[in-house]
Amino acid sequence: MSNLIPAVNLAVDPADLVQADRVHTSMYTDPALFDAELEKIFHSTWIWVAHESEIPDAGSYKTTYIGKQPVIVVRDRKKDIHVLLNRCRHRGATVCEHKKGKTNSFVCPYHGWGYALDGSLRGIPHPESYGDCIDKAELPLVSLRTERYAGMIFATFKDDIEPLEDFLGAAKKWMDLFMKQGAGYGIKVPGEHRFRFPGNWKIQLENTTDAYHFPLVHKSFLSSVDEQTLELFDFVKGPGYVEDLGNGHSVMVMIPELIDLEADLDKPIPERFEALAAELRDEGIEEQQVRRIVRAVGGTGFNLNLFPNVACSMAFFRVLQPISVTETEIHHAVITMDGGPAAANRYRLRLHEHFQGPMGFGTPDDSEAWERVQKGANAGEDLWIMLNRGLPGEKPSADGLISDVSAETGMRAAYQQWKKMMAEAQ
Amino acid sequence: MNLNLLNEVTAFIWQEGDMLDHGEYDAWLAQWTAKGTYIIPIDPKQTDHENTLNYAYDDHHMRQLRVQRLIGGESISTSPQPRTVRTLSRFRVLGDDGVNVTVRCAQNLREFRKESLKHYSADLTYTLVRAGGGFQIHRKVISLINSDDTLAGIGYIL
Repeated sequence: MSNLIPAVNLAVDPADLVQADRVHTSMYTDPALFDAELEKIFHSTWIWVAHESEIPDAGSYKTTYIGKQPVIVVRDRKKDIHVLLNRCRHRGATVCEHKKGKTNSFVCPYHGWGYALDGSLRGIPHPESYGDCIDKAELPLVSLRTERYAGMIFATFKDDIEPLEDFLGAAKKWMDLFMKQGAGYGIKVPGEHRFRFPGNWKIQLENTTDAYHFPLVHKSFLSSVDEQTLELFDFVKGPGYVEDLGNGHSVMVMIPELIDLEADLDKPIPERFEALAAELRDEGIEEQQVRRIVRAVGGTGFNLNLFPNVACSMAFFRVLQPISVTETEIHHAVITMDGGPAAANRYRLRLHEHFQGPMGFGTPDDSEAWERVQKGANAGEDLWIMLNRGLPGEKPSADGLISDVSAETGMRAAYQQWKKMMAEAQ
Repeated sequence: MNLNLLNEVTAFIWQEGDMLDHGEYDAWLAQWTAKGTYIIPIDPKQTDHENTLNYAYDDHHMRQLRVQRLIGGESISTSPQPRTVRTLSRFRVLGDDGVNVTVRCAQNLREFRKESLKHYSADLTYTLVRAGGGFQIHRKVISLINSDDTLAGIGYIL
């Protein structure tokens, strides 16, 4: 009677779930779609895994995930970077359980197989039982294709996709602009806030280019800042814009005067930075560099969304990691000036703590809103998520499409890439 | 062991916990020194909190803002406000130089909000300053035992 058992319906065509101005609610709720996303998106494109500064020395490593697969990002003795699957080639145990650290090798705790920093298998305890039926050269930790741009390290399972720089395309110049907040010292990632929310990963992906929510969801944050900052963050009616940069990437410019942190260094120093500027001058830093630091210390005026898992978000890196169709882990990695003045870096740390993290004045309210989206999406399974804001004013730009600052142009860009990747035969 | 001192600091910290569970924030703010710091670190091994990333590193101004955020009704993550009950125990005086008393204790806190009951355990380390026959808080470090794991929003004062 097996012909009476209904087949599990995996026959939804993902292309039918994304229209030009809306996406279907099942995008947030369908476990089969989530599994397909892991395969067709997270295992099929460039995934951000680390910033160079997180693994500064030979032997430095961090562990993370690509989709749900555990990986190690490590520098070998020659300081070359490798992204290795965190799985012993013998019986599958993870070979590293620390978040970050420094080591000479990775040794599996189960039977003691030892791997070098480049993943090559070096040692097998008591090899005699294998006789000649094992070749160590055939059993390294699996090494993924790894490329970098502007200090950001990406890896992919696919050897046949475009080079990273082609994939980033028009986003590259925004990455370069973002890194100017190093004020000439370079960017360092010395820590992060990690949290989870009970909702689909795309809810967070959308949020990075959502200026529309800011004055409402972040009202309590706005009530906690000084007048000048309040003015700066009053951007929804302002001259900012959202631009589709191609390949699912987009940028939301909230504060146009903070696009290029090395421009306008002769303008008066804003009042809220005067104490810091005085402290830097007292340290003997020359005036032009004081101005450069002070202008960079609050971060840029834009959020750059890089499809699918990382954003350069004003003053920090936002990383998302899918856990299940209804759960997502977020990392907000703080940025400091590498070797820069301690006073300026303290300022950046305190700014990050003010908004981000489980006790920040911003993140918990975002989480609450996203959680409600997931909960609400359980109602009306035939309804759609509307993404048509800013469509009437949307125009072609040099890099793609452009519309006003609170347009949903960036979300539409991400979903068009989602549609393209999900529809592709693997 | 100086049991009188142990009793005094225990009574003071119990009172602080009761204030926080019952939303007496003005009284709570008033018992800090002007330069007092409220710290919730991320890395359990870190000792230089000022120059590293924390969940909270609050001076007096930030404590005031935090209280305002909790009671101001503008934040969707704290409306409705979470209910908390904290139990403080295992008090130990780590040091006493005649002015400053350093105390460590255990805190187990239950939080209920909407449909969810959560549990946070932490070591609390206080630097208390003797003042007017009682104490003021000069430093409070909340070391959550799961500080380096993923956390959800904490919409109250630990």
